Amino acid sequence: MPALEVDGLARHYGEREALGGVSLTLEEGQTLVVFGPNGAGKTTLLRVLASLLRPHAGRVRVLGCELPQEAWKVRGRVGLLGHEPLLYRELTARENLRYHARLHGVGEERIGELLRALAIADRCDEPLRTLSRGMVQRVAVARAVLHEPPLLLLDEPHSNLDPAAVELVAPLIGARSPCTRVICSHDPGGGLAEADLVLGLRAGRPVLLRAAGEVRAPDIAELYR
Amino acid sequence: MRRTVAALLRKELLVELRTLESVPGMSLFAVTTFVVFHFALNRSSVDGDLAAGILWVTLLFAAILGVNRLFVADADQGGFDGFLLAPVDRSALLVAKAITLLAYIVVLELVAVPAFALLLLGPPLGQALPDLLGVLALADVGVAAIGTLVAALAVRTRARDLLGPLLALPLLVPIVIGGARATSPLLALAHPGAPAPRWLLTLGLYDLVFGLIAYAVFDFLLED
Repeated sequence: MPALEVDGLARHYGEREALGGVSLTLEEGQTLVVFGPNGAGKTTLLRVLASLLRPHAGRVRVLGCELPQEAWKVRGRVGLLGHEPLLYRELTARENLRYHARLHGVGEERIGELLRALAIADRCDEPLRTLSRGMVQRVAVARAVLHEPPLLLLDEPHSNLDPAAVELVAPLIGARSPCTRVICSHDPGGGLAEADLVLGLRAGRPVLLRAAGEVRAPDIAELYR
Repeated sequence: MRRTVAALLRKELLVELRTLESVPGMSLFAVTTFVVFHFALNRSSVDGDLAAGILWVTLLFAAILGVNRLFVADADQGGFDGFLLAPVDRSALLVAKAITLLAYIVVLELVAVPAFALLLLGPPLGQALPDLLGVLALADVGVAAIGTLVAALAVRTRARDLLGPLLALPLLVPIVIGGARATSPLLALAHPGAPAPRWLLTLGLYDLVFGLIAYAVFDFLLED
């Protein structure tokens, strides 16, 4: 069963079309990398797949569930790592993770495991507002994978991370992760290395959809011209 | 549902304890308003209808401050999305937010009522206190239900600071009327009496109606 089936997806913000005519199929365990300039519709696509935005046209099936009718079945099976960390600045990393763990019915031991894996255990009792952006991004990664979702939706997941932190998050959200992944990226080299399928968006419209092996870096660069 | 509400409540209280953005502001507003009334009326004490009116209008406006802040951290820091991605009953958020607002209002009243008795009220509060607490409790439930509903409606708009009070005030007027009418005999200088049952019934009915409306529409307010 495909993890994602999208057919003719469209989404508007008022009069403006943010996304239109997007169709693709992604098998379980595969990685879709979405390229496109700012405002191309990448984040909108992720939010529709996460069931946070309703599709205005087309058909969207995520993990076998039709959106938006079966959105309640998708919740809890998706890990979203967006531009916003979805964390409370006044709470500590541990308090934030504990809050999300309770919402997802996850045990305390998983929090400790992630804090150690992401090397934030020694600062996990400080309010998030006192941490650097990179540290907050690590906590956001922990939040996104806390409930071990089968589908990860990652919007520029390495932003604010130093090379050592990129290594730390790799087992959780990188190619070694067993999850199906949708990654929004501006990095042609890194993105193509991780992709099974590549989608290029421009002004909300798909202008490139090919297997990763058939795409070269200049094809991606063309999207940004 | 209970576990989700408990997790949400714990988070709400932690955030408020760290930021102190709502309750201190609400309490300070109420005390300041009583001081302003004290000087504006040029009277050392009030009783009866006037006392009840001052108390309820002040509590209403102070509560509005809490209503306006109720969902701000969630809207500004992505808390809504974090909650919506979880496999939980969305009504848990309504229940948790209403309990949070109720707790804020109770703390507000713990400060405001003694301050009112000290700064403005003529007759001693002692004997009327049990009945007054009953009226306050009935009204507080209604304010919490309406406040949560209105805050959830307003918070996703750009003019949330304006829209919240504009929507809340007309809906809260019946509570002010019921609360003031029920409280007025308690604060009378001569022949203090018990609150009229019809006003208590009005408050109870209003709580029930708006509790049910909030429960029925809250899910749709969270939807895209």
